[in-house]
Amino acid sequence: MLTVPGWPGHRAGQHVDVRLTAEDGYQAQRSYSIASAPAASNQLTLTVERLDDGEVSPYLTEELRAGDQLELRGPIGGYFVWDLEMGGPLLLVAGGSGICPLMAMLRRRAGAGGSVLTRLLYSSRSWEDIIYREELAQIGAAGTGLQVIHTLTRAVPPDWRGRAGRIDRKMLADVAWPPTDHPLMYVCGPTPLVESVADALVSLGHDSERVKTERFGPTGG
Amino acid sequence: MSFVSRGFRGRPRDQAEAGRLPPGQHVVQDFPVLSAGPTPRTPLSEWTFSITGAVDQLKNWTWEEFQALPTERITRDIHCVTKWSKLDTHWEGVSVDTLLQEVQPRAGYVMAFSDGDYTTNLALDDLTGGKAWVAFSFAGEPLAPEHGGPARLLVPHLYFWKSAKWVRGLQLVTADSPGFWETYGYNMHGDPWREQRYSGD
Amino acid sequence: MDNRQMRLDGNALGGLLRELFAADVTAARGACAGCGAVGALGAQHLYMHPLAPGAVLRCRGCDSVLMVVVRGEGRIRLAVQGMAWLDIDDRTSGLD
Repeated sequence: MLTVPGWPGHRAGQHVDVRLTAEDGYQAQRSYSIASAPAASNQLTLTVERLDDGEVSPYLTEELRAGDQLELRGPIGGYFVWDLEMGGPLLLVAGGSGICPLMAMLRRRAGAGGSVLTRLLYSSRSWEDIIYREELAQIGAAGTGLQVIHTLTRAVPPDWRGRAGRIDRKMLADVAWPPTDHPLMYVCGPTPLVESVADALVSLGHDSERVKTERFGPTGG
Repeated sequence: MSFVSRGFRGRPRDQAEAGRLPPGQHVVQDFPVLSAGPTPRTPLSEWTFSITGAVDQLKNWTWEEFQALPTERITRDIHCVTKWSKLDTHWEGVSVDTLLQEVQPRAGYVMAFSDGDYTTNLALDDLTGGKAWVAFSFAGEPLAPEHGGPARLLVPHLYFWKSAKWVRGLQLVTADSPGFWETYGYNMHGDPWREQRYSGD
Repeated sequence: MDNRQMRLDGNALGGLLRELFAADVTAARGACAGCGAVGALGAQHLYMHPLAPGAVLRCRGCDSVLMVVVRGEGRIRLAVQGMAWLDIDDRTSGLD
């Protein structure tokens, strides 16, 4: 959670660029999606997944302490954004940490008493790996027209009756709104997932202009 | 730039013994996969290597013909313009001197060209005299596609962007003209020992 | 592994381009000089890595180079000849 003096506010889906500088002048920069809902406040939340061989994520998740300063640039993005006025129905598809910008959208929707019909299809390795699991369960059960559909790709709990396996064309055909509903679709996560989902949605008849993508790279971290 | 992120060190940036590293470089242990475009996928049955342009005799090898040429095993340090260096990298390939043996170059410059429309320009001098190879094996294994396989140019005495991945041939030309990265601001020559990174250097 | 698995998209270039254009251009629509396809920059394929010589934005339809960004020695070189044109929203341009 960051406090940014003079923060101009943000739109759901936007990200910030974080830059770290070592004592010898060496710099590293990474982009992180803003997970918090747009709000009239100078605070924002980034959710950072620690990558074992990462250069920046171990610093942000282990070394950074309350009171430390970060250099950041943002908010950035005008393409992969959702505002209430854009309406729906919404199809949100996430793989792993790709849930972060979609969480800002869901929080925006919930905070405005959201009624836009929304389906979230969220792929995680296992039940334990689901980010925002409890919050998603809560807002999914609130009866506001949001359906949260999980799929687990590596390990399922013993009593699991949900979906399993990677998101494929068949799963999307089951879960997605029909093209005649003209949904707005946002897909975020590891590049291979984003590209296969986007291609599948277009092959199912959806307008490619209404499928918005944000690739996180090979591991999606 | 006075802002310092408390406690941030970044990836280990080893220094090597004095004199071994060109100025501004640091040593890395991994081999970053970097490219300007999607990995080309030319099947070996369609792969050819050509010497074209200002030569007496145009020359062409299929993969089988290429594999039949004498090869060399070399170990060299490589230096990327973005400051990382990798020491003692092991390659196997055909020397460019071998490839040029049967052609009479009629010009002093070369445009190396690759699948995926990548090009890089070099002086003929930088490719001859035991300084350059077309390499098909790295660290004892066939060169992986993401690292330029089936074959890449290897010119270790210059910054590594000159070692064109997915190389398909050398075009001899009378005037030095910029290839891909050279067009976008990188140095026409690229000598790491004189830190020739950008076009003004 | 294939470089396609590692690519990003124009969204990741958004921060740098906003400093150059004084406006967000991830939603800006451009025409590929190669195939004529029109689309948002945020949707195009981006080959970018901290250790690579530069960032290369390619048309998602035909893979032609749309834009290249190279930084070094206190300068940023922006090459945009791969785009026939770029439409930027005038209402959001200029000072915030």
